[in-house]
Amino acid sequence: MAGKTLYDKLWDAHLVKQRDDGSALIYIDRHIVHEVTSPQAFEGLRLAGRKPWRVDSILATPDHNVPTTSAERASGVAGIEDAVSRIQVQTLDDNCDEFGVTEFKINDSRQGIVHVVGPETGACLPGMTVVCGDSHTATNGALGALAHGIGTSEVEHVMATQCLVAKKMQNMLIRVDGKLGVGVTPKDVVLAIIAKIGTAGGTGFAMEFGGEVFRAMSMEGRLTVCNMAIEAGARAGMVAVDGITFDYVKGRTYAPKGEQWDLAVAQWKDYVSDADAVFDEIVEIDGSAIEPQVSWGTSPEMVLPVDACVPNPKDESDAVKRNDIERALAYMGLKAGQAIKDIAIDRVFIGSCTNSRIEDMRAAASIVEGRQKAASVIDAIVVPGSGEVKAQAEAEGLDKIFIAAGFEWREPGCSMCLAMNADKLGNGEHCASTSNRNFEGRQGYGGRTHLVSPEMAAAAGVAGHFVDVRTFIDGSAV
Amino acid sequence: MKSFTQLTGVAAPMDRANVDTDMIIPKQFLKSIKRSGFGKNLFDELRYLDEGLPDQSCEGRPLNKDFPLNQSRYQGASVLLSRENFGCGSSREHAPWALDDYGFRCVIAPSYAEIFFNNCFKNGILPIVLNEQVVEQLFAQMYAVEGYQLFVDLETQKVTTPAGESFAFEVDDFRKHCLLNGLDDIDLTLQDVDAINAYEIERKQLSPWMFDVIK
Ligand code: SF4
Repeated sequence: MAGKTLYDKLWDAHLVKQRDDGSALIYIDRHIVHEVTSPQAFEGLRLAGRKPWRVDSILATPDHNVPTTSAERASGVAGIEDAVSRIQVQTLDDNCDEFGVTEFKINDSRQGIVHVVGPETGACLPGMTVVCGDSHTATNGALGALAHGIGTSEVEHVMATQCLVAKKMQNMLIRVDGKLGVGVTPKDVVLAIIAKIGTAGGTGFAMEFGGEVFRAMSMEGRLTVCNMAIEAGARAGMVAVDGITFDYVKGRTYAPKGEQWDLAVAQWKDYVSDADAVFDEIVEIDGSAIEPQVSWGTSPEMVLPVDACVPNPKDESDAVKRNDIERALAYMGLKAGQAIKDIAIDRVFIGSCTNSRIEDMRAAASIVEGRQKAASVIDAIVVPGSGEVKAQAEAEGLDKIFIAAGFEWREPGCSMCLAMNADKLGNGEHCASTSNRNFEGRQGYGGRTHLVSPEMAAAAGVAGHFVDVRTFIDGSAV
Repeated sequence: MKSFTQLTGVAAPMDRANVDTDMIIPKQFLKSIKRSGFGKNLFDELRYLDEGLPDQSCEGRPLNKDFPLNQSRYQGASVLLSRENFGCGSSREHAPWALDDYGFRCVIAPSYAEIFFNNCFKNGILPIVLNEQVVEQLFAQMYAVEGYQLFVDLETQKVTTPAGESFAFEVDDFRKHCLLNGLDDIDLTLQDVDAINAYEIERKQLSPWMFDVIK
């Protein structure tokens, strides 16, 4: 019999019941909750007179709607200026109080973006099933967990039953071998993957990231890659467990301790795909050939190496694709065939669940240190992913580096990733953004998003247009 | 979920085709954090003469007197009679929430948009398909008789008029079972409560740290 993939093992370990119609009940170990997709779920429980099945498996924190300026943040929920945002955050507080759910409230030092808080507190662990009413929940798969986003009715279902009704997905392996070049980051790796397989390439698959590049990658880098599995169409992304995983998890607040730790590690070691496991699809990419990436269009697959030129629709023979390119260029205000390095930027956003962990902060700070934001850039905001990241960065003096370079240092939250709070792009503005979606209007009405790594965003903020960050690193930039 | 077995209720008209979910509950009310309380804004743009705002009291808003739900003869209605392709447009589950919150338990129309149709069953509402001639006949009788009531029986799958005339309708067996017993997805899963408990016991022994408390 063929061996099992990591996903097969996670699935089998959580299978409560296989139903006749092909669906199954899957046990959920950890449920992370935020303010946008939970109110109707709590309301549903209330109307039906139900209680959460295991309330101590749930961790909540507000992130999408919280303001990120310290002035607006100072007076907590009451100080949120936008009424709808305030009500959503207040409702999360009320619901968590009523149902007894642990919540890191708006100004709790542990508050942050759900997908940053889960791993860093040890609430999400290897071998777990993790759900959250948010499509970027796959982030947690980096720990060797089965993690994916769910809808509001499923949030209620998991709260009430500790189970999710699911159908088993197919297995896909993305193998990236070789060694990444200097200045090439996990964000560039995942953008290159999406460019190769497309935004629907992973639809219906659980996507495992394997190969030398991921074995050598830090846990934070793996979190960045798994975060964007959904942009490649896969609901779940994951990386096999190894020593890097254990080193990352050990000592975190909710991680097992003492004997329990040893027992856990012994079991977690098995959360790797067997050598003879069969994948339904395998994609191979040469890691040494990946260069710093910049998205130029309105879909995460519209991405190219920084040295490239944006496509010319005339060169595209497929009519549908040609139309897509034309539309994207028009929305983005770009000329066919123009060099990516000639795209001037108006704002910089360093943050989001993709790139707001401490390593991202360090990487961006290393680029701006001793340099200045270009005068043509309206603002460059740095938004740490959580209170813990913020405190750590400040302890290392990173905030001072950013501020000295003319960048703004903010309070933790989703911020300009989706512009539900006051942080938004103006109509027609170009943004070098470390977030994960470049859809039309995502960062503000008419806003133009370019997805890049923290290093590339920082460098663009300094130059006022996209530049190859490698010229900053080797000192060849003027 | 509320069960649906039998219903004797006043019928009210929504006498047009392609009633979309935006008409049923306009988008400004979707920002709500609740799934109850949408009844007062059901058909908001048709029902009131001013523009409806979220979180606004509807007491004292100017009513459109021509709209059936504002007329005394249709007060307390629980059966909504409409035309083809009812519930088209956005997939918002707020549409059945609004109908239910207002008091409608049953819709009768010649056809429905699929997502809306599914959402009704998830929310304890019975959407009945009757052919166009029959629907036409029911409309005519309803307009002719003030306080016109229909008797709907899910068990026997029949709609009966005050004169005793009955019309049979189709319904998927599984959905019928769920509606008759008031079973929603959560209830269905909870039928496997023993399997869930057994899983937990086994897992707790094997991997106790998985059950450490978040606090
Ligand atoms: S940072 Fe952006 S992508 Fe991540 S959870 Fe928040 S809004 Fe969603």
